[in-house]
Amino acid sequence: MARRSTVALIGGRLLQAVPSIAGVIIVTFILTRALPGDPAVYFAGPAADAQSIEQVRQALGLDRSLPEQFLIYLGDLFTGDLGQSISTGRPVVEELIRRMPASLELTFLALLFSLSVALPLGILAATRPNSWIDHLCRVVVTAGVSLPVFFTGLFLVYVFYFILGIAPSPLGRIDIFYLDPPHVTGFFTIDSLLAGDIDTFGAALAQLVLPAITLGLFTLAPLARMTRGAMLAVLSSDFIRTARASGLSRPTVLYTYALRNAMLPILTTLGMVFSFMLGSNVLVEKVFAWPGIGSFAIEALIVSDYAAVQGFVLAMAFLYVALNLVIDILYTVVDPRIGLEG
Amino acid sequence: MDRRNFLKLTAYGAGAVAVPMLAPFGAPQAAGRADTLLVVVGSTVNSMDIHRAGTNRPSYAIAVNLYDRLVGFGTKTLADGTEMYDYQNLTPELAESWAFAADGTSVTFKLKPDAVFWDGSPVTAEDVKWSFDRAVSVGGFPTTQMRAGLLEKPEQFTAVDEKTFRIDFLRPSKLTMPDLAVPVPIIINSKVAKANATQDDPWATEYLHRNPAGSGAFMLERWDPGQQVVYKRFDDWKCGPLPGVERVIMREIPSSSTRRALLERGDADISLDLPPKDFAELMASGRYTVAAAPIENSMIAIGLDTTYGPFQDKRVRQAVAYAIPYEQIFKQAAFERGIPMWGGASFEPADISWPQPFPYSTDYDKAKALLAEAGYADGFEVPFAFNLGFAQWSEPMALLVQEGLGKVGIRTAVEKVPGANWRTQVLIEKKWPMHIKNFGGWLNYPDYYAFWVYQDGRLFNSMKYRNETVETVTEEALHLPVEHPDYAPKIKQLIATFFDEVPLIPVFQPYLDVAMQPNVSGYKFYFHRQLDARWLSKA
Repeated sequence: MARRSTVALIGGRLLQAVPSIAGVIIVTFILTRALPGDPAVYFAGPAADAQSIEQVRQALGLDRSLPEQFLIYLGDLFTGDLGQSISTGRPVVEELIRRMPASLELTFLALLFSLSVALPLGILAATRPNSWIDHLCRVVVTAGVSLPVFFTGLFLVYVFYFILGIAPSPLGRIDIFYLDPPHVTGFFTIDSLLAGDIDTFGAALAQLVLPAITLGLFTLAPLARMTRGAMLAVLSSDFIRTARASGLSRPTVLYTYALRNAMLPILTTLGMVFSFMLGSNVLVEKVFAWPGIGSFAIEALIVSDYAAVQGFVLAMAFLYVALNLVIDILYTVVDPRIGLEG
Repeated sequence: MDRRNFLKLTAYGAGAVAVPMLAPFGAPQAAGRADTLLVVVGSTVNSMDIHRAGTNRPSYAIAVNLYDRLVGFGTKTLADGTEMYDYQNLTPELAESWAFAADGTSVTFKLKPDAVFWDGSPVTAEDVKWSFDRAVSVGGFPTTQMRAGLLEKPEQFTAVDEKTFRIDFLRPSKLTMPDLAVPVPIIINSKVAKANATQDDPWATEYLHRNPAGSGAFMLERWDPGQQVVYKRFDDWKCGPLPGVERVIMREIPSSSTRRALLERGDADISLDLPPKDFAELMASGRYTVAAAPIENSMIAIGLDTTYGPFQDKRVRQAVAYAIPYEQIFKQAAFERGIPMWGGASFEPADISWPQPFPYSTDYDKAKALLAEAGYADGFEVPFAFNLGFAQWSEPMALLVQEGLGKVGIRTAVEKVPGANWRTQVLIEKKWPMHIKNFGGWLNYPDYYAFWVYQDGRLFNSMKYRNETVETVTEEALHLPVEHPDYAPKIKQLIATFFDEVPLIPVFQPYLDVAMQPNVSGYKFYFHRQLDARWLSKA
């Protein structure tokens, strides 16, 4: 029974996503064409004359009418072809496959770091309101959200790499004298473990630490605040008082009853923070030379690389749909009252 | 997943994540360092093929290091010991020797007999012919650059025998021979290319975009777009002494602060694309080798649209030239990383050197007088654009210019134009009445600069400037040999016109700065501004 409901839920959600995806396809197509700047001029190179610009325009198919371009684009989409990125000269699908894992790996680790600090901090702050730990929570959260990411990143590089020399050089996903692990998932840490290469695992993880902390610091604030707020609300409710009065142990009250009920808003925040982090960690990518999806999208946007921008937005849209689905399913895991009917 | 387990995972389990994060950082392995050069760059290589449409400037480094040309440039040493290419001295690369026909209508090259491509096959005149045909046929930038040297049609190129190659001139020009040494006319392994050509793609642009096929000093070991390009030495290279390093890693590090930190920590051997301020500081520290060479035939200048209201009057343009705070710009925006292009002695050029200082310096009274004379005593308002891609020096420069012009009543509205739109707005549409520009000509002649920048209708003439003397004299001088008795007078006439009419107000000639560890040697500056790793070595 429960199983069928879950399947129905997933199916329903996917169906609901279809119009949004269609909307995204149309809007990004129109928006990219509305960008200032002429890709044909840009890609014709520094010494191009009118004739060579025209040649490039034809080669890119930009001399055709907009509806025609759109139909061609749609046709390609249905065959799974996102087109060719003109700035890198590679298929957009290939670029996304290569860069998405880099961003995801960094984002997951940053989220884990963020959760491992924010949850305990929020819970402690909620159980002891206005104590020193509550104030500490406030300070950490304010600092995390008010320090610009590039500043935190450069600061961490300066202290841990430049001054102390304990962090590896910020050269991207892996130190230059290691080889990439064989590609399975695209996550270097996982791939190196699958290959049984502990050295490479260490090297890949070491490269991840500083950027993950930088990114994680920024997302501490919403998570810790949400944990604290939700816990405060739950802790003051009747069933907690009853649980306490019944003589249940403090951890049981706190984790089994209070936290579970506080989990829903935290999960919601987590979902929002995650999708936000994926696209917006461009600055972290710049400071740590991280070959992620954010800087790819920005570069593509700057040079009006239509196919790349469209591919990026589409990939993000799909990711967002998937993420919402996962969060919805997690809701039902956390709180059985939710989701099974609607 | 069971509910209880899930909660435990998030609440308790999350704490466990901190454990691996506290584990000691992996120490970088030192093996392989000695014969490997780590170069950190700020830009990204987007193709292995300089002939492809869309190949960006940083990718020219591939043409330089992975391919050979028929000829190259020699080396000269500047007063401060910096080595740079010698424009006056063409040296053999794939060609062993060359001879001009007695009637001056062609040049014949003898190829090096033992030169081979990476796959071991010999370099033949057929390969040269195919490569030249490709450069003049694919269109876009390579074809334009070839045309600058009057290399326009495949019929001009003949493979006489296996090792002899002839170019027939359309008409003699001093630009033809140096144009063979720029990065564009690379020699490609035509057998490999043809094997990968298709009906739609007869020049194998798709294949060569990803897979270089050359005879150059380095082969491609790896290319991870957006991350790095790794060159590996080709031990059978015949066109020069074997490179001093076995491997060169060009790693892309977008943040200039990180690039500087990598150099200062000793992890990077060479750091490129650093802002002038960082270079000035690294130079002052004395712990690094900083090679600085003035970029030949290049100026940072302020362009004035000569068709725009007040700027139609020569006196207004001169007034602007007198109201630029040159000294301050040079110190505060350029950190003195260049050669001043103001304060020249006379409106009559003493020689034909280019660029040379223009006869203007900051003189607000003179500027006001000129403005009053032209009927703009109360000043006027004008939009002023700069390229956001060079904001590190062009933004402070724009603000200083704004301040200087404000003193004589010219109010400027400063506009930042994003790098990718710059070409469209400034060079194609030519829509900015006042803008900062930095053009550099590959072939080092004043008339070549005039051809691109001062002649009417040219791409880089963003000033919409037209002067009949400039039109005719440039045309006459362009293909004349420098030794010709008419050449110097014509050039002087051109320069005197530029001085007097100032559609373009030069501020300084920029340096190309490169910071290296003291144990790196052999760096040479080239007009193409890319790192030529063939001569580098590491002690």
